[in-house]
Amino acid sequence: MLNTTLKALVWMVAILLSAPVFSGSSQEGEPVDVKGMIMHHIKDAHEWHILSYPDANGEKQHVSINLPVILIDNGVKVFSSKRLYHENDPVEITTPDGGEDYYFANEELGYGIFHENIYKLNEQGRLDFDAEGHVINPKPYDFSITKHVFTLFFSGLLLFLLLKAAVRTYKSDGLHPPRGLARFIEPIVLFVRDDIAKENIGEAKYRKFMPYLLTAFFFIWINNMLGLVPVFPGGSNLTGDISFTLTLAVLTMLVTVFSGNKHYWRHIFATPGVPFWLLPIMIPVEVIGIFTKPFALMIRLFANITAGHIIILSLTGIIFTFGSAAWSGLSIPMSLFILVLKLLVAFLQAFIFTMLSALFIGGAVAEEH
Amino acid sequence: MDLITPDLGLIFWTGLTFIILMFILTKFIWKPIMAAVNKREENIQDALDMAKKTKAEMEKLQTQNANLLKEARVERDEMIKEAKLTSDRMIDSAKSKAVVEADKIVENARVAIEAEKNAAVAQLKNEVAGVALEIAEKILRQELSTDEKQKQLAESFAKDINLN
Repeated sequence: MLNTTLKALVWMVAILLSAPVFSGSSQEGEPVDVKGMIMHHIKDAHEWHILSYPDANGEKQHVSINLPVILIDNGVKVFSSKRLYHENDPVEITTPDGGEDYYFANEELGYGIFHENIYKLNEQGRLDFDAEGHVINPKPYDFSITKHVFTLFFSGLLLFLLLKAAVRTYKSDGLHPPRGLARFIEPIVLFVRDDIAKENIGEAKYRKFMPYLLTAFFFIWINNMLGLVPVFPGGSNLTGDISFTLTLAVLTMLVTVFSGNKHYWRHIFATPGVPFWLLPIMIPVEVIGIFTKPFALMIRLFANITAGHIIILSLTGIIFTFGSAAWSGLSIPMSLFILVLKLLVAFLQAFIFTMLSALFIGGAVAEEH
Repeated sequence: MDLITPDLGLIFWTGLTFIILMFILTKFIWKPIMAAVNKREENIQDALDMAKKTKAEMEKLQTQNANLLKEARVERDEMIKEAKLTSDRMIDSAKSKAVVEADKIVENARVAIEAEKNAAVAQLKNEVAGVALEIAEKILRQELSTDEKQKQLAESFAKDINLN
């Protein structure tokens, strides 16, 4: 058992380490853009790039999954991201600091894509840049099924199927101990119930918030874990995406605010024990407090997960920065160490997010003592 | 900067997916799991309570049994005591009855003996009287064998008779 796990882990690491090598490969002798490679891996994209390789003629070939682009711009427009990336050659530009960059433009569609942002093309079918190198073209509303949105759907489905398989083993008589997958799921559910919900919200009111806390915990956890899987359909940095953490933090804030009782609001607008002339200072501080708590949630999850990805990719990048395979002797063990650490962090961050959410909700529904 | 700029599309999809997922999971996963877990916990609690109750009942029963046993023992002792008392009384009464009977027998015997004795005495008296009569006759015959003697006697009698 241990042997198999170990083997699986070694293969996982090997594949993880090879993925950036493939997708970051460049022409012979050309220095590898490690920073670009890292950014490419942790950021969202409209296509799922799996690997690039030079063909017989030395031409770069890309293997990627083309995801649908959905734009709202005078009606809904749906097309494959292939039409943006692979129908036309990239348009080379020079950045204000003298570097080289490129964007893709599809005149037929009237859209261009620069650094994964979609813009409307001007009349010449080009993008306009200001002095600082920012695009000044208008942007359509972009509801594309990007890499992260795909992961979102995929992880939701995966989570549902895994949990469904666990639930199937339950008998309704309430006498049997958990079996199969439920043996793994149930302790975690109980952990969320006993150590997160009951502990922070209290015996009387925890039930109402269980669906939110359980879903947040499992959803964050499975996405953290999927982010560690190096190949498709894993490897996307969804829980390290600020939009994802922002949404979850906002949900926690909404749950907190809408379940806040009169004691909660009195603490904000008429903090007990504070002289009335201090209230003009206290009220803004308390109101800001409503937002800073979920803000901290957002930053914590985003920073922890993104940092983990950056560290692993950077350690791999050492090999390419120094251009010597000998560095793998250092970078591979260290990547392995960080990866194992990330397995822990994946659980820990899901726990902390849920725990703090429960704490905030608990504070909002607590009765005055 | 791109890294920390929230993207409207992803926020929309995340919110939508999360909320739908939450409702689906609540309906199909969390409720059944929580129901099963709660039911099992209730069952365990019930079993524990039942065991506790049974133990208490057992203890009560045991005390009851002990009490019953004690009572039975006391009753037995009482019964034995009573029986002994009764038998003692019976023996006593039998004894006294026997004494009375014996006394009566003795008395009867005594009375009978007395009667026999009286009868015997009476008979003896009669015999003695007869013998005495005979002796007296013989003596008289001898005394009065002569006329002289007869005359003397008649005279003495005549002296005794007072003519008043």
